[in-house]
Order: sequence, then structure tokens, then C-alpha cells
Amino acid sequence: MNYNIDKKGYYGNFGGAFIPEMLYPNVTELKKNYLKIISEKDFQKEFNDLLEKYVGRPTPLYFAKRLSKKYNAKIYLKREDLCHTGAHKINNTIGQILLAKKLGKNRIIAETGAGQHGVATATVCALMGIECIVYMGELDIKRQAPNVARMKMLGAKVIAAKSGSKTLKDATNEAIRDWINNPVDTHYIIGSVVGPHPYPDMVARFQSVISEEIKTQLKETEGRDYPDYLIACVGGGSNAAGLYYHYLNDFRVRIIAVEAAGKGIDSGESAATSALGKEGIIHGSKTLLMQTIDGQITEPYSISAGLDYPGVGPLHAHLYRSKRAEFISIPDQEAMDWGLTLSQMEGIIPAIETAHAFAILESKQFKPNDILIFNCSGRGDKDLETFINYFKL
Amino acid sequence: MKNRIDGAFKKEKKLLSIYFSAGHPNLNDTSYIIKKLELSKVDMIEIGLPFSDPIADGPTIQKSSSKALKNGMSTEILFKQIENIRKEIKIPLIVMGYLNPIMQYGIKKFCKKCEIVGIDGLIIPDLPVDVYNDEYKFLFEKHGLYNMFLITPQTSPERIRFIDKVSKGFIYMVSSASVTGAKSDFNKKQIDYFSRIKSMKLKTPVIVGFGISNFKTFKTATKYTNGAIIGSAFINYIEKNGIQKINNFIKDILNE
Repeated sequence: MNYNIDKKGYYGNFGGAFIPEMLYPNVTELKKNYLKIISEKDFQKEFNDLLEKYVGRPTPLYFAKRLSKKYNAKIYLKREDLCHTGAHKINNTIGQILLAKKLGKNRIIAETGAGQHGVATATVCALMGIECIVYMGELDIKRQAPNVARMKMLGAKVIAAKSGSKTLKDATNEAIRDWINNPVDTHYIIGSVVGPHPYPDMVARFQSVISEEIKTQLKETEGRDYPDYLIACVGGGSNAAGLYYHYLNDFRVRIIAVEAAGKGIDSGESAATSALGKEGIIHGSKTLLMQTIDGQITEPYSISAGLDYPGVGPLHAHLYRSKRAEFISIPDQEAMDWGLTLSQMEGIIPAIETAHAFAILESKQFKPNDILIFNCSGRGDKDLETFINYFKL
Repeated sequence: MKNRIDGAFKKEKKLLSIYFSAGHPNLNDTSYIIKKLELSKVDMIEIGLPFSDPIADGPTIQKSSSKALKNGMSTEILFKQIENIRKEIKIPLIVMGYLNPIMQYGIKKFCKKCEIVGIDGLIIPDLPVDVYNDEYKFLFEKHGLYNMFLITPQTSPERIRFIDKVSKGFIYMVSSASVTGAKSDFNKKQIDYFSRIKSMKLKTPVIVGFGISNFKTFKTATKYTNGAIIGSAFINYIEKNGIQKINNFIKDILNE
């Protein structure tokens, strides 16, 4: 089995471009050009230059001594939390803004849930001097005030999505509608490996710098360029896609994807798409999604806004269905506890999304020589208020 | 059996088609609205199967869809409502809905049920032409269903020719680069686009939709096409005036 995207834009049964005709020209333009543009020398140079000098790459592959000792395995953290703007999200927005420029676009739109992707998009738009509009659910705007302020400081216009549940799913709907209304001058920077082909592949390629760096870094410290386990949290799944990318077809490496169980898989308040989802269409992609028996998309729940998505990228649906990856879901409480554990054992305050991934250490057994790499995808600054309220700090 | 959609285009007059969301304003208004529309001399009806995330729709249809869902609307209920009145209704009935609810119902079962209750065709905005040709066409044809495709101002001439070739029933011409919604008039760019499409002399009849709201826009649009579809303006009307006075709305559009 091969885990790369096929010619029609599918991973196994999942993916494709289920879009209204209004989006056909935009999506086709991207599909025809993205591989060509990305592989051009001057694009690569500018992209790598910005990743190095602006984002701060390569990010360290850090050996977590105390964690390793406690859990009796070799535990490494890929420090994406040290990226400019505080998470891996910016790897993708740098790539897409350069692509948008090559395509002659002068207006950028984006969706955001917790605001991390919105901030990363607003940042690169400021960097390039391009107009930026970010759609954000009305509820999320209230819940994530600091990120809204950051986007505004960066010069972006934040528009409240007032339809449906007023969260990430609806912000994405509004961004798609904006793109329908502005088909010529606008590029839509999707923040995860979701949406119609070629987005899942394009975003995965921009995030693949994560596993590319690991190959070199691990070789230096361990004498081999592959780990035994790769572990990442999955909402839409972009940090996970970047972590897995260069190891997808290397079956010596076991892949673990961690979803948000919310208040428990059977509680009705969860975002564990692999466990609760069925095959369907969301935001132009055939994938697993949480829905009613009638095919209406349901509201997910997680304490972390970044995992609060009713679908999952088509690559991950394929990894799940083909059993290439093991999917584990972690409830709110365990993730929050791991926010504290990682802070106090390694001096790293993780985003709540990221904390979900570490929580598998409690239940999963490893051998002493196993090399584990966790994607430390984001820092916890944005979650301070949630931590304060939760732990009464 | 012949498809009623073909019959509708045999008439001399410009065709008026009305869209509404099934189950809105009230769950069981569907059959009353259909009857009233036929009595008011509407030529064709598009019945919206509501969806939680209608990405091609503007605020009016988003709102009517979500209200319909709150009212308890479902695919099964819609089929029952249509089955109960089909015998009294002669004009073509088209179901317009997004792919996900149809997939969950089961595409085979869905097509079969459409044939049984007397649906003539479908408009599924997020079902691309190539996927339809590869995976759905056979089933649709087996059950005598037409699937209508959209074109927009950005659709290339080559693609319009291709869509014309594979189309049955009619081509749904989206009047501007936009989501659905009522507008008061067309601009010059739109008129140029209408006449460009007219001059292509497509084999399939063309109906224009999105932004048709009154006598003026209906008349202008149909100068270049075989007919027009009104959705948001109609939904706004019944929200404000109730469903009893539907004939007044239609009279105004046709200027009778």
C-alpha cells in the first residue's frame, strides 16, 4: 500500500474535490500549478530562506530526559512550539502566501478556530503586504480574544461567522463562500490538510519540513534516521501530516494519531472523528466525519479549539481505515493534566492540543530502546486562560 | 416514460422555476407550497433538501435550511411529502441538495426512491461532473433521473461545451460569481455574460438562477435564456407574507 496522494487526488477512498462549479476554476488553477510552482528553484529558495530566518527553523529535536526515564523509552520532542507565532501552522502559511503571490493573487482569506492559523496567516500577509481577511466563528471570537487582538494588530480584518454553530466548521463555510464571491483575485489559505484536492496534499507538503528535519537530526543523535514511533495530535491533522510525511511508506515506523475524546467518546461531546465518524463529504473532501444518520454534520466538542473539528483530513481517514496508524482518543481531563506534567517535567508549557498526544504515555507500553518522537506542535500561551480556570491557578 | 423536464421546455413561454427549502417555514408546508406554485402557473419546482452546511448558499437559504432542519425535516420525510401529492401535480419536480445527505441515504436507494415518488431530476451543487460521469450516471439513467449541472461567469468555453454535451434537461446558469441571494438588478458584465452564453447556441436549454428577484430581473435574464429560477426572493416573501399569498408573488414576477 502506498500512502501518497494518487493522480486523481485521493488517498485510497478518501479525498477528491467535491466542490460547486463556482469553485472549479480556482481549484483547478491551484491543482494545475501547485506542484510546478513548489518545485521551482526560486520558490524553494525563498521558502527555505523564510523558514530559516523568519520562522526560526530547523526547530530542535529535543531529547526529553526526565520523561524518558519515567516512561522507560527514548522520548524526543520535535519543537514546533518554538516556531514564530507559536505553532507549526506558519510552515504552511509561508508556503501558501508565496504560492498566492506566484498566482498573482492580491487578497488572502483564511478560516480559524482557536486563532493560531488566523494569526499565522495574518503574519505572512503583513510580511508580504497583502490584504488579509480571517473568518472566525462568533463563539470562538469570544473565547479567543488574545488571538483576535493579535490578528488585528497584524492588520487583518476578522469577520465573525454567524451561521450554524458559530465555530470552526462555520468559519470554513464562510471562507468558502467568500472565495465563491471573489474567484479571481483571492487565494484561500486553508489551515489544515482538509478541503478539496489539492489542499490536503499541498498543506502536507508544506508541513513535511517537520519530518524532513527529523531524518537528519535523528541520524545525528541516534545513528539512524527513523524512529520506532511517531505521535501527534489530530484535529484536521496538519501537524500530524508533517510529522508522518517522510515515513508514511516506511513500515519500520509505527504511527500513532491522537484525537480529542472531549468529555468521552460516548458522551455526545467529543471530537474523536475516527471512532464516531462515517464516510461523507465535508468542505469539499470525502473523508470521515461526524454526522447524523441523515447526513447532517454534527457539532464536535473538545476543550482544545484546535481539535474541535467534525472531520479529519483524507490522508488520516486513509491511515485509519487501512490500519497504517493507530488512533487513540484522549479525554479533556487527561490532556489538561498533561499540560501540567509536561510543564513541570520538561519546562515546556504545551498547547492543549499538543498535550493530548503526550497523554498516550499513560496507557501505551513501549520497550526501553524504542525511539518515540512526539510532535510538540504548539505552545500553551494561548491556552493560559483555560489552564487558569481549569486548575484555579 | 418521458421526463417531465423535457416537456416543460416544449412550451413557447419563458420558463419560471421556483426554489424553496422543504420543511420551511413549517415542516408540513411542502405539499401546500408545491400545489400553490403549480396553480400560480409556475413551470417547474426545485425542492431544497436541507443541509447543515450549504457552502454554495447565501444567508437566506442558509437560514431556511437550518430552520427546516430544526423543524425535523429529513430525506425520508421529504420523500413521503412528495409521494403524497405527486399524483395531483403535473409539472416537473426537482430535488436540489448537497451530496452528503444523499450519500448517507445511500445513492442507490435514493435514486430508486426518487423514481418511485416521481422526482424528475436532481441538482447537486457539490457533485462534480467527472465524479457524476464515473460513478453516478448509470444509476441516474436507470431510474429516469436527470442531473443538472451549473455554469458560472468563470466557466471556460471548453468546459461549457463539455457540460452541454453531457447535460440532460437544462443547464443551470449561475448569474454571477456569488453564492445564492436576491439582487435588484444586473450589471453590464452580467448581461455580456448572458449574451455570450446565448451566442454559443448550446443544445441544452439554459435557465438562469442566483439574483433573480422581480419582474425586471426575470424579464432581463430570460431575454437570453429559456427561463429563470427564483429562490431567495421567494423564501424572503413567504417568510414575510406567509404561504397563502404565493400567487401574488408569482403574478408580480410574470407581471400579470
